[in-house]
Amino acid sequence: MKTIVGKVVVLGHQGVGKTSTVIRYVENSFTHHITPTVGASFFSCKILIDDITVKLQIWDTAGQERFKAMAPMFYRNANAALIVFDITSQQSFESMQGWVVELQRNVESPMVLCVVGNKIDLSKNREVTRDEAIQYARSIGASYHECSAMQDQGVGVVFDDVARGLIRLFGNTTDHNLKVYDSENIDNIMASSSELEATDTGKEETVNLSIRSIAHGNTVKPKCC
Amino acid sequence: MSSNLEVEPGAASESVLVTTDSFENFDHMSSSLEEIKNLNAIAENDESNVENSNVENFEDLAENVPCNNEDDDFIQSKEWATRSKHVFVLSLAGKPIYSRYGNEDKLAWLFGVMQTLVSFVQSNDDTIRSIHAGDTKFVFLVKKPLILVAVSRTQETVNQLSSQLNYVFNQIASVLTLTRLNKIYEQRQNYDLRRLLAGVERLIDHLLDFSEREPSFTLGAVQCLSLASSVRDNISSAIVGACSKIKNIVFAILLANNKLITLVRMKKYCLHPADLHLIFNLVQASESLKTAESWTPLCLPRFDASGFLYGHVSYLSEDCQACLLLLTVERDVFFTLSEAKQRIVEKLRRNNCLEAINESLNATEETCIVAGFPELRHYLYKCKSTAQFYQPSLSPPYTKYHERLTNLYKRAHQLLHCSTRPLKLLFEKSSNEAILAWDTRGFELYVVFEPLVDTNSAINSVGRLLNWIKKREEKLFHLNAPTF
Repeated sequence: MKTIVGKVVVLGHQGVGKTSTVIRYVENSFTHHITPTVGASFFSCKILIDDITVKLQIWDTAGQERFKAMAPMFYRNANAALIVFDITSQQSFESMQGWVVELQRNVESPMVLCVVGNKIDLSKNREVTRDEAIQYARSIGASYHECSAMQDQGVGVVFDDVARGLIRLFGNTTDHNLKVYDSENIDNIMASSSELEATDTGKEETVNLSIRSIAHGNTVKPKCC
Repeated sequence: MSSNLEVEPGAASESVLVTTDSFENFDHMSSSLEEIKNLNAIAENDESNVENSNVENFEDLAENVPCNNEDDDFIQSKEWATRSKHVFVLSLAGKPIYSRYGNEDKLAWLFGVMQTLVSFVQSNDDTIRSIHAGDTKFVFLVKKPLILVAVSRTQETVNQLSSQLNYVFNQIASVLTLTRLNKIYEQRQNYDLRRLLAGVERLIDHLLDFSEREPSFTLGAVQCLSLASSVRDNISSAIVGACSKIKNIVFAILLANNKLITLVRMKKYCLHPADLHLIFNLVQASESLKTAESWTPLCLPRFDASGFLYGHVSYLSEDCQACLLLLTVERDVFFTLSEAKQRIVEKLRRNNCLEAINESLNATEETCIVAGFPELRHYLYKCKSTAQFYQPSLSPPYTKYHERLTNLYKRAHQLLHCSTRPLKLLFEKSSNEAILAWDTRGFELYVVFEPLVDTNSAINSVGRLLNWIKKREEKLFHLNAPTF
C-alpha cells in the first residue's frame, strides 16, 4: 500500500475562517468565538483515496499582517496551498490574490492550488460571485470550492480534492517534494524533522514554468514570471 | 518582630527569574539574542537571506484599516465617559493606535489634544508626566516612537499607572520587536500602526484587565503552582532530558492556570518577571493555542527587545491543561521541538507527573482559616531574591469584594515603595479590616487581618505565618533554577 505525505499550507486574509475550516475537517467541530491564530498551528490527518493513504501535514497560518514575514517558512516546500477567502468580503478576495502572486514568485516546485470561498452560510451578504471566483481560480490553474465551516458544508470535498491533487502531482511530475513510502508505518515521520533535511527531489528538472505543471491545470496560462 | 528565621522563606541560591523592582525603567535591554546565535554561528548564511527578502515596504499604504461605524456617537455616550480607566496609545505624530474603550478613529480629536500636550511640554526640553484634575489623573508615558496615556479615576498612583503603560508598550514591542517598531516610524512618521497590530488590541485589553486584577503585576513576581519538590524536580529533569541535546533552546516554560510550574533556562540567561507576565497574558488570551501545536515568533522586551524568539506552544495533553512553551532562537526547528515535547509528555506520564499537576490544579490553595490562622483574612508573601510570591485562596468577604482587597494591596505597596518616603513597616486599622505591610531585605509581606486585631497578636501571627511558609517553601516556590 502506498502512502504519500504532503505538506499543505493554508493562507488567506485574517478572519476568513482558515482555522475554522481546518478544525471542521480535522476534528469536526466549530467554535463561534475562536481567537485569532498566533503564528501558525500544525495539524495532521490521513485520507484514504482508492488504495493510497495521503497523509496531510497542514500548516494553518495566521492571517494577520504582522505574521506575514513568517509565511515563507510555511509555504516553502509545501506541496499544496489552500487559499481561503470570505465570500462576503471583496477585500479578503483581493488579499487572497496577493497571496497567489507571492506563491507564484517564491515557490518554484509545482504545487496543488485550491481556492476556497468560505462562509456560504452568509451568502445573502455575498460580495464575491461564484463566477468571478471560478474564473480567477481557472486563471491561476487552481480548483475552486465553496464551503461553510460553520454549517459543515463542502469542507470534506476541499481536503479530498487536495489529496487527489497530491496523488496526481505525484503521478505527473518528478519534480516534487512529496514523500512516498511503501509501507503503512509512517508514524515516525515527524521524528525525522522533515523540515530540516533536504527533500528528496528525484531529478533536476527545475523548470521555471511552475504554474504550468500544477495538477489542476486544464486552462493554465503562465502568469508573469 | 519575632521570627527566628535565618533565611527568608522561598529564598534560593540561584533564581530562575531576574529580580528587580517593578518600577525600574525598562530602557536597558540586553543583546542576548545575538550572543546566543553567535555562540552557534555555523555557516548558516544561506538561511539568513530568506528573512531579508521579505522586508515589506512601509510606503504602500493603499489599504485602509477598516473601521466599524456602529458606535458613531460613542464619545457622547455616558458609558464611555464613566469608565474608571482609559488607556490610549498614539504615535509621536499623533496618529491613533489604540483606545481601551471606543473606536480610535472617532477619537482622533482627542489624540490630537494628547499629542499637543506632549509636544508643547517637549518644546521646553521637558517631559510631561501627569496632570491631576480633581480625582482624575492623566498619566503620560513618552517612549519613542509611541506616546501612551492613561486617564484614571482609580486610586492607583502615577507610578503604578505608568508601570501599566510600560506593560502596554512592552506588549506592542513583544509582537513587533522594538527594532521593527523604530524602523517603521523612521521610514514613515505617519504610518498607521493598527495595520500591523490587528488582533493585538485583544492582547492589550486582556493585559490591562489582567494587570488590574493580579497581584503579580503589583509585586513584580510570579506565583508557582504548589507541587511537591520531588514532582517539580521530575518535571524539570524530564524537560532537561528531552531538550538538552537541542541547541539554542533558551527557555522552556511550563505553566497552568496563571501559575508557573517550572522554568528551565539556558545557562547565563534569566527571564524577567515582566516578560513572563507577557507570556502568561498571551497564553491566557489565546484560546486558539489549545486546538493544536503552534509555532510563533515572540519578542521578550526585557530579555532582548531587538529580535524574536520562536516558540513551540502546546498544551501537554487532553487530560492535562498545562501549557508548555519551548523558546529558541532558531526559526525552523518546529518538528525538532514537537518531537521533544512528545518525549516530555511521555516521561511525565510515566512518572505520574501529569496526575500530580492535575491534582494541584483541581485543589485550591488553603484559605487562612484552614491553614490555622483564623485572625488572618488574606496575605501576599513575596520572596525578593527569587521574584516569586505566594497567596492563599480568597475567603469571605473578599470573594465578593475582591477589588477592595486588590486596592488595599496596591495602596500598601505604594506606601512601601514611594520614592519620597518609603515605609518599612505599616500597620493600619479601619472599620473594615486591618493591614500590616512589611518590607525587609529578603521579603515583602502584606497581611490583611480582621479589623479588631491588636498589634501584639498581629505581630505574633506574622511570626507564625513566616514559619508556616518556611516549612512549606519547597512546595510553594520553585527553588531550583534548572538549566539545559
